[in-house]
Amino acid sequence: MDDTIRASAADLAAAMQAGEMSSVEITQAQLDRIAEVDGDLHAFLHVDADGALATAKRVDDARAAGEAVAALAGVPIAIKDVVVTRGLPTTCGSHILEGWIPPYDATIVTRLRQAGLPILGKTNMDEFAMGSSTEHSAYGPSRNPWDLGRIPGGSGGGSAAAVASHQAPLAIGTDTGGSIRQPAAVTGTVGAKPTYGGVSRYGLIALASSLDQAGPVARTVLDAAMLHELLGGHDPLDSTSLDAPVPALVDAVRDADVAGLRVGVVRELGGEGYQRGVRARFDEVVGLLTDAGAEVTEVSCPHFDYALAAYYLILPSEASSNLAKFDAMRYGLRVPPDGVADPSAEQVMAATRAAGFGDEVKRRIILGTYALSSGYYDAYYGSAQKVRTLIQRDFAAAFDQADVLLSPTAPTTAFRFGEKLDDPVAMYLNDIATIPANLAGVPGISVPSGLADEDGLPTGVQVLAPARADDRVYRVGAVIEALLVERWGGTLLARAPSVTGTR
Amino acid sequence: MTAATLLSYDDALARFDPVLGLEVHVELNTASKMFCACPTTFGAAPNSQVCPVCLGLPGALPVLNERAVAAAIRIGLALNCSIAAECRFARKNYFYPDMPKNFQTSQYDEPIAYDGWTEVAVDEAAYRIEIERVHMEEDTGKSLHVGGATGRIHGASHSLVDYNRAGIPLIEIVTKPIIGTGAAAPVVARAYVTHLRELLLSLGVSDVRMEQGSLRCDANASLRLGQDAPFGTRTETKNVNSLRSVERAVRYEICRQAAVLTDGGTVTQETRHWHEDTGITTPGRSKEQAEDYRYFPEPDLAPIAPDVAWVEQLRATLPEGPGRRRSRLQAAWGFSDLDMRDVVGAGALALVEQTIGAGAAPAAAKKWWLTELARRANEQGVELAELPVGPEQVAQVQALIDTGRINDKLARSVFDGLLAGEGTPEEIVAARGLEVVSDETALGAAVDRAIEANPGAADKVRAGKAAAAGALIGAVMAEMRGQADAGRVRDLILAKLSP
Repeated sequence: MDDTIRASAADLAAAMQAGEMSSVEITQAQLDRIAEVDGDLHAFLHVDADGALATAKRVDDARAAGEAVAALAGVPIAIKDVVVTRGLPTTCGSHILEGWIPPYDATIVTRLRQAGLPILGKTNMDEFAMGSSTEHSAYGPSRNPWDLGRIPGGSGGGSAAAVASHQAPLAIGTDTGGSIRQPAAVTGTVGAKPTYGGVSRYGLIALASSLDQAGPVARTVLDAAMLHELLGGHDPLDSTSLDAPVPALVDAVRDADVAGLRVGVVRELGGEGYQRGVRARFDEVVGLLTDAGAEVTEVSCPHFDYALAAYYLILPSEASSNLAKFDAMRYGLRVPPDGVADPSAEQVMAATRAAGFGDEVKRRIILGTYALSSGYYDAYYGSAQKVRTLIQRDFAAAFDQADVLLSPTAPTTAFRFGEKLDDPVAMYLNDIATIPANLAGVPGISVPSGLADEDGLPTGVQVLAPARADDRVYRVGAVIEALLVERWGGTLLARAPSVTGTR
Repeated sequence: MTAATLLSYDDALARFDPVLGLEVHVELNTASKMFCACPTTFGAAPNSQVCPVCLGLPGALPVLNERAVAAAIRIGLALNCSIAAECRFARKNYFYPDMPKNFQTSQYDEPIAYDGWTEVAVDEAAYRIEIERVHMEEDTGKSLHVGGATGRIHGASHSLVDYNRAGIPLIEIVTKPIIGTGAAAPVVARAYVTHLRELLLSLGVSDVRMEQGSLRCDANASLRLGQDAPFGTRTETKNVNSLRSVERAVRYEICRQAAVLTDGGTVTQETRHWHEDTGITTPGRSKEQAEDYRYFPEPDLAPIAPDVAWVEQLRATLPEGPGRRRSRLQAAWGFSDLDMRDVVGAGALALVEQTIGAGAAPAAAKKWWLTELARRANEQGVELAELPVGPEQVAQVQALIDTGRINDKLARSVFDGLLAGEGTPEEIVAARGLEVVSDETALGAAVDRAIEANPGAADKVRAGKAAAAGALIGAVMAEMRGQADAGRVRDLILAKLSP
């Protein structure tokens, strides 16, 4: 049993292919694990045992009948609650969508269903993906399996915690400013943000449309690549979807090599503000890559210093508009205003939004509404878009000098609950290294780089590549993973304290 | 709601020079909506033509309808506009229950077509109307307010929302300020909308039925002291939804504003509502109360960059210009200049053309539209095209006449039936028992009775005065209650009384 839940998705797929294991067994093992430990972790908002087992049975039957099945058929998966799933509650971590059962599937969910991946359930997240800790979930935070008193990252902390605590071999995350990569870094897992447009956004509840991307959460780079290949590719329902085939990611992992590869270390993403242990593990990775034959140089992206400020104008602006649809008229929560006998639609909208949205969501709606207001648009939204262009140029210049860029994924290890809750800017700063990739639409991956000496908590390293060159982040990520696993004599997660569910 | 003080139209024009601006919204007749595959059929059961996209469900994304873009470009080209090499949609943010996303996806500062012109004729004069922009947007749903007076939200107990219309492609056509029309301003406004409607009809891009809301007009008007004076403050009168109302609303605003200004007051910049029943406008939202729509580029849609070759291909599909078309049709139909001017003046060119296309002779097609149907449209205060009688039906009525099954007089009764929605001409003839009596025995008997009752007239016919047969024919037709073929009756009479 323990071996089953600790196995990689690739190994599970191989075992099923070889007839050594059934999807029902695997799925049941995961469901048992969820029942055992999720009381401690609160990674899931909803578990669909019956649905997952039904899919598992169908895949087993198909395989038994000799039908061709997808590579990941039968491997269970958890889905972040920002993704719309037909017939499964989808709350986006908010009270305002409490009780909503979507009538349709996101394109990526359709692809998962078609490929026969049993859906274990929906994972916790900061409300509308606004946050870096899951503390802004309306349903309470998820916990980090490395230390239950600490955050699992965010917004996709539920998906990362589920995978790190072996409740699921795979999960779906979404990344608007680091919501896949930062949770991966602080939980010792792997998470990738695809090139903007590489994975369909149809059915992702939009936070910031020009920044959002869905991607894989896994325990190994290979697993992430397999899932990414399944999710990616053109979707006619998403006008911003790239009309190009997904790069050969699994091949890039299998033939991983960095000899002669130009690796750029971004000067602006390190140094001051980065925890000592995070920097130490990062330097080790740079050393390992150099030893493996990579040409490591330092590159400068001077406008990255303005990325956070630009991001916190563009994101709230788009979010203020995207979240306008939650108005109690057609779905979700409806709250009548207090003491009004015959309320107007407008009064019901206002009362519902006041009751249904949390403080962080309200803060960003207010910020965005202000930034788009007549007379302020040019100074705020307009300027932010100009900074965005400058950041894209910084990337272009950096990629002239380097094939990939490297930085720590997050400036710190997992912080304690409540530590940054009263200081939004301190919370925002946790995404300082991940945000530039979203502003430029380039792909990035976070892989574990070790444990910080000072607190014994996981750290992550981030690999960035030019748009559409997602294969490069997997190639380099796989090399880093292989070199470190060899050095450690096992995976990082093998060193995590065991979660027992007895807490 | 009280009527404002008005200056007489002549006095208003003696003191002020009117400046107009017209914004016309046109619903395209594409099979599917602007950003999703839902059908656009008018009058379907409420909320039966909706999907996650046009309902604004969480996670849904828009996909642009290429045929709507093609229609917008063709409209732009027909109005002599430049076509944008690249343009974007924006989001117009405001909360309203019938707007699913609480923003409207609309073009804003980057219209698909801009800087055009068109020419309209009023009597003998031609007016050049400059076009500012042609842009694409999506329609909203429709709110039905229940329990209040005449469907208004004020006093309603609750409202129902139908999202079938949400997401239907709309084109907005905006003129630059229309100057130099003088006293003809209201007539030019009406002529412009009439002209646009014919143009859109000939492009085949819209049903342009004002009574169904597929063509809606907002009329801006302001007054200035003279042709060289700076523009005055304008008002925007919303939802002027018939051609006649366009003329009336502009005229009303000219008289109202003139009274305000003459009285030493100032015109408030505001939107105003047109009241079809009372023929007045009342204040809506003032500039100070105007919403801040917080426009920003729509991040869910890629910019539109129409390929030059595609634009040229669309240009090649444009129908001929109105002048050439008129000459061609006039020659084909054998109409005099006067006939043609009557047809065009009545806004019946397309209707007559379609009626002829459906099989009627040109003279007959013209006759029905310009006499019988024009009279009825006038009685109802609607345009010819707004009557529930179409060219196909007129041609069917004429075919019944041509085959001798009804006569002109009975045809009027058929039109009554058509206007009352009693079915096809064929069905109405059957249901109302309108077929002419062709039973020779019955007719012969009636002729005999007429001769007997009118011996004087009969003698005159016997004496060779064929014209005297009129009285006998009249008597027979009266007995047959009009349901006889007058020509056949005449033949019978002459045969019986031949010397």
